[in-house]
Amino acid sequence: MANLEVEFCGVKFQNPTVLASGILGVTASSLKNVVKNGAGGVTTKSIWLEEHVGHKNPTMFGTESYFLNAVGLSDAGIEKAQKETFPEYNEGKPAPIIANIVESSVDDFARLTEEIDKCDPDIIELNLGCPNVEDEHGKPFSCVAADAAAVVKACRARTRRPLVVKLTPNVSDIGEVAKACADAGADGFCAINTLYGLGIDINMRRPILTNKSGGLSGPGIKPAAVKAVWEVHKATGLPIIGTGGVCTGEDAIEMMMAGATLVGMGTMVYYRGASGFGKVAEEMAAWCEREGVKDLKEIIGVAHNA
Amino acid sequence: MHLPKFDSRFRTVRIKEILEENPTTKTFVFDFPLGGLAGQFIMMWIPGVDEKPMSVAFDDGTSFRVTVCKVGPFSEALHEMKVGDRVGVRGPLGTHYSVKEGDHLALVSGGYGAAPMYFVAHEAIKLGCKVEFLVGARDKDLLLYTEKVGELGSNLKLHISTDNGSVGHKGFITEVLDEVLAANPTVNKVFTCGPERMMEAVGKVADKHERKAFMSMEKYMKCGVGVCGQCAVDDTGALVCMQGPVMSWNYLKKLPEMGKYHRDAQGKKHYW
Repeated sequence: MANLEVEFCGVKFQNPTVLASGILGVTASSLKNVVKNGAGGVTTKSIWLEEHVGHKNPTMFGTESYFLNAVGLSDAGIEKAQKETFPEYNEGKPAPIIANIVESSVDDFARLTEEIDKCDPDIIELNLGCPNVEDEHGKPFSCVAADAAAVVKACRARTRRPLVVKLTPNVSDIGEVAKACADAGADGFCAINTLYGLGIDINMRRPILTNKSGGLSGPGIKPAAVKAVWEVHKATGLPIIGTGGVCTGEDAIEMMMAGATLVGMGTMVYYRGASGFGKVAEEMAAWCEREGVKDLKEIIGVAHNA
Repeated sequence: MHLPKFDSRFRTVRIKEILEENPTTKTFVFDFPLGGLAGQFIMMWIPGVDEKPMSVAFDDGTSFRVTVCKVGPFSEALHEMKVGDRVGVRGPLGTHYSVKEGDHLALVSGGYGAAPMYFVAHEAIKLGCKVEFLVGARDKDLLLYTEKVGELGSNLKLHISTDNGSVGHKGFITEVLDEVLAANPTVNKVFTCGPERMMEAVGKVADKHERKAFMSMEKYMKCGVGVCGQCAVDDTGALVCMQGPVMSWNYLKKLPEMGKYHRDAQGKKHYW
C-alpha cells in the first residue's frame, strides 16, 4: 500500500483529500463527519467578522457535468467560530482544519486574521476569490495582483500560522497574482475558486439563481483548474491545494502532477456524497499500486518535468 | 469512473387546481408526473420570491399536491397564484415512509403534518393495512384532511384531539396515542409528522409501548441535494435532505439537538 501522507505548509495530512470551503461546513459535526468518511482534512465555510445573510434561494443546482451556485457566503460570524465550531471540532480533532475567512476591506481582513488565529486552526485560508458577493463588495481582491498582495501583507502581520490564498481563476494571468501574494508573505495557495457562470430557465425566461450570476464548479471545470494550478506552481513553487472539478482518484492524481500537494473537493459531494472522500483516496492508492508509486509525494508537479 | 446521472435543474409545472382546506391553508394540484412517495419533499421555486422545501401531500402518478398554510412571504406568494400559473420544481427528494402488507400503523400528525400522513394512509389502505389516524390541532377549524381521511374506509380509524376540546379529546395528541397503543397491541409502526417537540413526545410514547417510530424532520434547507450542509444535525452531521426527512426515532433520539434546537440560514442555533 502506497503512502498517501503529505505535508502541506508543515501540517501533516493522512491523505491529500481536503473538503473545500462552502460545502458541508456549517457545523463542527458536519466537518467531523466528512473526516469520518475519509477526508484528509477539512476547510470551514467562509467566516466573516459579523453575521452575513447571503442570497435567497435558488442558490444552487447541478447537472451531470457542472454545478452552479451563488450562496453569497452566508455565515453566523466569528463569534460562532470561536465559541462553537472550533471548540467542538478541536475536541478530539480528527484531522487538520483550514479556516477560510472573508472580508471586504484590508483592515477587516487583518482584524479577522487576528480573531481566527485564536481558534487554533492549522492553516488560515484567505478567500480572495468569491464571485458571488460583487454587488455588495465589488470585484474579488485576487482579480488584481496589487490588491491581493495588500490583503496578504496585512494578514501576514497578524498571524504566524500558515497563510494560504484562495485565488480566482477569472484573471488573465493567475501566475502574476500568485507571485505578488507570495512576495507579500503567502505560504501557499488554493486554486481555484469558481469560474463565472449564469444559467437561464428558458420556460421562466429569467436567470435561475437569485443572484443571477453564480460560481461554476464540477467535473467540467477540471481542465481550467489544472491549468491554473500549473501556472501557480510554475510562478511560485509554493504548495497548492488543487481544487476544481476533482471527482475521482485519477482526477486527484492529475491535479497533483500539475503541482498540487493537497486536493480540494467540494462539488464532488453532489455526485458521490461525503463517502466520496474515502473512495477518492482509495482510488489514488489503487493508481499508485498499478504504477508502482510507493510514496504519493513523488508525483507532485511531476508533469512539469516532461 | 462513470458519474451517476444527476440533474437538479427545475422542471416547470402548472397549477391545475386549487382547493381551500381552511381559511389559511390551500392545497395546490400540479399537472406533473412527479413520482413522489409519502414523506418525500420537493424544492419549489416561485421566481422573484424564493425557493423552499415542501412536503409532497399526494401523488397519483399523473399529478401531485402540496398543502400549504400561509405563514410567510413564500407561502403568501403561493396563495396568490392562480390555476394555470407556473412554478419550478426539483425532486422528489429524500427518504419516505415505508409501509408493508400486514402493517398496522398509527399515524400521528400535528397541524399541517396531516397532509403527508393522509398520503401514507391512502397507500397503506391500498395494501390492506389497518390504520389508526391520529390528528391534533389547536381548534377544530384548524384540523386538516379529516373529511378525506374519513373516506378511506373501515380499515382506518380516526382519532382527533384539540387543545380547546372543540372536537375530540381535549388535550395532547400524545395522550390519545398512549391509549391507542395500549388498546392495539398489533400496531407495529408509529409514523409522525408535525412540530419537532410533538414528534419527540410521540417517540417517547412509542418507546413506552415498545413500538418502532419514524418521523419527518424539518430543518433549514438550501440545496436539498446534500451539498450545502445547512441541514446537518448534531452530533452526527447527518443531512436531513439526504438521510431524511423521514428518519427513525431510534436514530434521532440519540442526537443532542433533537427537540432542543434548530439552525437558521446562517447556521446559528435557535432553541425551541
